[in-house]
Amino acid sequence: MEFLNAIVALSNYVLIPAIAYGSQLALGALGVTLIYGILRFSNFAHGDTMAFGAMVTILFTWLFQSWGISIAPLPTALLALPFGIMGTAILLLFTDRVVYRFYRKQKAAPVILVIVSMGVMFIMNGLVRFIIGPGDQRFADGERFIIRARDFKEWSGLNEGLAFKTSQGITIVTAIIVVVVLFWFLNRTRTGKSMRAFSDNEDLALLSGINPERVVMYVWLIVAALTTIAGVLYGLDKSFKPFTYFQLLLPIFASAIVGGLGSPIGAIAGGFVIAFSEVTITYAWKKVLGYLMPDSLDPTGLVQLLSTDYKFAVSFSILIIVLLFKPTGLFKGKSV
Amino acid sequence: MSDPFLIGEAMTAGYGKGPDILHECTIAVDKGEIAVIVGPNGAGKSTAMKAVFGMLNMNGGRVLLDGEDITALSPQARVAKGMAFVPQNNNVFTSLTVEENLEMGAFLRRDDINQTMEQVYELFPILRDKRMQAAGELSGGQRQQVAVGRALMTQPQVLMLDEPTAGVSPIVMDELFDRIIEVARSGISILMVEQNARQALEIADKGYVLVQGRNRFTDTGQVLLEDPEVRRSFLGG
Repeated sequence: MEFLNAIVALSNYVLIPAIAYGSQLALGALGVTLIYGILRFSNFAHGDTMAFGAMVTILFTWLFQSWGISIAPLPTALLALPFGIMGTAILLLFTDRVVYRFYRKQKAAPVILVIVSMGVMFIMNGLVRFIIGPGDQRFADGERFIIRARDFKEWSGLNEGLAFKTSQGITIVTAIIVVVVLFWFLNRTRTGKSMRAFSDNEDLALLSGINPERVVMYVWLIVAALTTIAGVLYGLDKSFKPFTYFQLLLPIFASAIVGGLGSPIGAIAGGFVIAFSEVTITYAWKKVLGYLMPDSLDPTGLVQLLSTDYKFAVSFSILIIVLLFKPTGLFKGKSV
Repeated sequence: MSDPFLIGEAMTAGYGKGPDILHECTIAVDKGEIAVIVGPNGAGKSTAMKAVFGMLNMNGGRVLLDGEDITALSPQARVAKGMAFVPQNNNVFTSLTVEENLEMGAFLRRDDINQTMEQVYELFPILRDKRMQAAGELSGGQRQQVAVGRALMTQPQVLMLDEPTAGVSPIVMDELFDRIIEVARSGISILMVEQNARQALEIADKGYVLVQGRNRFTDTGQVLLEDPEVRRSFLGG
């Protein structure tokens, strides 16, 4: 019984939140890694692109809510998601046309593109705050829980409750679907293969007649979908606030680099490595240990290794360790 | 004699804004023929090839393909016109499988590519066994086969090879030359740059000896091999 209670507590506070958070990071890191692999720069505007995508989706969600359209028990945001993706795609293609294309024509060095993307980041940052404001926005509706803590307790007779939020369930299911579709696209379709070929060897891709502008366009479209989905899932799960998306940039980059920049599988693995490290290190283990240890050894303190305020330190420590010992990341990406 | 199928006529060219490397250099190849460019290091062999393929700025001369002036076309446009180029280095997609490499070679084609792929596999049987393997995991000789196979997938009329035997063992080199002759027999013109001048001239219908970016000797491969001056200067006696 003690053991079961420990497992339930662990799932409730560590496993489920970390899997959901890891899925969100993985989706974000996939976008970063695609841009790095194909457009060859680290896109600092990624977090704010997520915020923009989430914002457009929220606006459509509110519109649908005001019209009384809903797909209860699922959140209305899912219905608004395709519109959010479209809005983000338009923004990204527009940015590429007026900003990145200029530098691409000049064959600018990657470091210049990184700085350019920072400029884009500040503009998107301002754009989002200008439209929706800097504050917290709530847009989640529909059924909040798949499993409620109290129901679980009654059903199982355990002391510990297990809560499984709808947003967490949606996050995990959506992430799986997106990843499967993305890998199918990259490995099975002609366009996907041409993108991998372009990422592998740009000159040879040109000699094979692959049109670089088309590849670039597909990258932005995919990135629009990935960022919007990741942004909306994060917003549903936590809450929407532009600044948190800017902060998300850090763990997302850490995930992409830890997994190996340019490697899609690495991005997913990196996302989960970072998410699990952050959650386990900032979790207070008192409860779980209390169930597992004999009474005489019950911990008196919280057994929390690091306050949650320092959670970003965790991703950076892992990042530094990986860069020191395996600079190309876990899955042999390109070195930074 | 009618004009050759592909001719780079009196080409004067250099890299970027740098000095000219080629000086009124002429390279031509006819249908189903093998033309080989040889010469000492720094003679501009690869440069001549790149000039024909439109990879550098021409300051004089022109390139004709089947009588059509293609001097102004980009390399990609020349691919669409039926020219294929195998660079010396980085000539395969290392992270893609052999089969995907071939598919990418045929990227511009909209018709069924299976038949061409079958022909490539017949030409290089080892590739059929390794078709699901990443090209980066293959040996040097096998990689060159993938590279040539990729270029053949466009069903080109002209195949240009930049030192196809660089870094492969002598046995593999002979094998590659045999395959190249086979490709030429199927009616494809072959223009190649070679370090191994003697072996290359043996299979060449036409040989070009370049020195400092100029045509020094031009004749059939056999005549060049027998020419005492060519032998002394370029073939080591």
